[in-house]
Amino acid sequence: MAVQKLPLAKAINESLRKALETDPKVLIMGEDVGKLGGVFRVTDGLQKDFGEERVIDTPLAESGIVGTAIGLALRGYRPVVEIQFDGFVFPAYDQIVTQLAKMHARALGKIKMPVVIRIPYGGGIGAVEHHSESPEALFAHVAGLKVISPSNSSDAYWMMQQAIQSDDPVIFFEPKRRYWDKSEVDTEAIPGPLHTARVVQPGTDLTLAAYGPMVKVCVEAAAAALEEGKSLEVLDLRSMSPIDFDTIQTSVEKTRRLVVVHEAPVFYGSGAEIAARITERCFYHLEAPVLRVGGFHAPYPPARLEEDYLPGLDRVLDAVDRSLAY
Amino acid sequence: MTVESTAARKPRRSSKRASAANKPQSSEPQLVQLLTPEGERVEHPEYEIDLTPDELRGLYRDMVLTRRFDAEATSLQRQGELGLWASLLGQEAAQIGSARALREDDYVFPTYREHGVAWCRGVDPTNLLGMFRGVNHGGWDPSTNNFHLYTIVIGSQTLHATGYAMGVAKDGADSAVIAYFGDGASSQGDVAESFTFSAVYNAPVVFFCQNNQWAISEPTEKQTRVPLYQRAQGFGFPGVRVDGNDVLACLAVTRSALERARRGEGPTLVEAFTYRMGAHTTSDDPTKYRADEERQAWEAKDPILRLRTYLENAGHADEAFFTSLEEESETLGKRVREAVRAMPDPDHLAIFENVYADGHALVDEERAQFIAYQASFAEEGN
Repeated sequence: MAVQKLPLAKAINESLRKALETDPKVLIMGEDVGKLGGVFRVTDGLQKDFGEERVIDTPLAESGIVGTAIGLALRGYRPVVEIQFDGFVFPAYDQIVTQLAKMHARALGKIKMPVVIRIPYGGGIGAVEHHSESPEALFAHVAGLKVISPSNSSDAYWMMQQAIQSDDPVIFFEPKRRYWDKSEVDTEAIPGPLHTARVVQPGTDLTLAAYGPMVKVCVEAAAAALEEGKSLEVLDLRSMSPIDFDTIQTSVEKTRRLVVVHEAPVFYGSGAEIAARITERCFYHLEAPVLRVGGFHAPYPPARLEEDYLPGLDRVLDAVDRSLAY
Repeated sequence: MTVESTAARKPRRSSKRASAANKPQSSEPQLVQLLTPEGERVEHPEYEIDLTPDELRGLYRDMVLTRRFDAEATSLQRQGELGLWASLLGQEAAQIGSARALREDDYVFPTYREHGVAWCRGVDPTNLLGMFRGVNHGGWDPSTNNFHLYTIVIGSQTLHATGYAMGVAKDGADSAVIAYFGDGASSQGDVAESFTFSAVYNAPVVFFCQNNQWAISEPTEKQTRVPLYQRAQGFGFPGVRVDGNDVLACLAVTRSALERARRGEGPTLVEAFTYRMGAHTTSDDPTKYRADEERQAWEAKDPILRLRTYLENAGHADEAFFTSLEEESETLGKRVREAVRAMPDPDHLAIFENVYADGHALVDEERAQFIAYQASFAEEGN
């Protein structure tokens, strides 16, 4: 069963299962990851099959989860920890930024920190406060961390495999509103390099760059634009640190226009970094300034307002029109 | 019911001891002491120790050399060779006593003031000075001496120690882990979380708190309303307060706690009651916040002086020993001085080294840009 159609959450589950099978040093840690299988069931059945010593229900303390994962990594383990929701990562932020990210450099390379931190992120599920945020820029800003996010089941499976094999700490953002989306996974494929962007669909008039939950929106936007005769190229960045600027550059040199889309607030977001660097790299190719579509500089709103906050099809197309109007 | 019985798994000898030491104290908490400030050897009902004269002289030597190294480092800071120094003056017994209780396979998670512990682990003292000189952030290989890098963020390392100890237990090893921290750190959430995790997972870790009475300018009363060792009770493991200026008591109490961890009985909190004789660091000025009388009172409890008195009175050390140790101290001071002065600045490109184990495109790009930037000056020079 090399190729099967799986929901994104199940693809991660299968990937974790494979890692537990192949490497006895891999551990799963987090709140409710055991019997319950996590609040999104991403770790469903793993404790039953691999035991409480390897799939560990932790106390409800995020700093403790990451801090002890660091200690376990120092002992030679490869912990994969779950933070239950995006908005709950902040108690662990100190351990992630001051310890996890810097340990390798502090030891002049003599320590490695193969820790994966899984964070279900983003909105669109009608949740209460602190359950819909996109804090990826707060991690991408920190040297020593790698930050990635899959948009589909195949990437979810393979990027998790690669994250666990990485000797660097990886923040693995899981697009929670895509957990139930099914797509094909080939568990015997040979995956490409982890930190590369992918051209989801080629186009000639403008480049849409997105990652995680917004890739689907951008593909839909491209389909809508095509009906109006506009050919949009859609990139799935997959990695927010490092960012595959070469692939963006290649695309923009062809299309001459770039719109970056993410759920996270635009201000100081990854779109800002991409805009700055692509402007440097492609200054003479650009026909329009790089535009960004994303969240507002306001707390993530109550669920009844999230449709307005999240970049949907129309807001993406609005930015496309503004770019093409230059 | 004693606190200990909740964590019990195997029958053990220590339960009576620990529970006795753990009785709630209504007034001044009892201090485990085996050597009085006057240098008199006393017995304790729960803790005993039987050391040869050679071992006693060894502890004395460790403390004297650590103090000498510490003094040299302070001087080097005053001379501008170090940017900062965090002196351990006054805490030699707590550090040497606890560290000499460790086995080689045990693992240490220090703060940034554990110079005496580092000494006992065999870490070259000059290695400790790199970060204070500003040539690295530590840089030694922790696995060489099972001595983790100094941790500056207060309390963070207690969680690392707990996780490491959880790993030790998973491996089925009988090693123990010791986490050092201070009275100030006891207020940190990470310390509380490490207590929770270690208790829940029964991790083989000893929490060694050097209560040196001061967190920079804040006295312990600003951190806690109960004696710190009593905190352990609420987490379900024993806590004990030991005279932190008594190297024998620190050794005996830590050894007992480590044995308990090895037997699979989980964590212990040791509160070593001591005093920070110097400033918090060379940047601090304690005259702003504490009275000199307090320092003088603690001077009378000096850890080195009391062991010397005991060694002399018991006839365990002669003048030749002290003279020879004095010479060894001076040699150490000279060696450290010369090593620090000879310590080269790192290469400029070291900024970009070891940021990631598997590399990172942005780091590579910025390194290349920086090399080109630097090279542009060379070209101008030509």
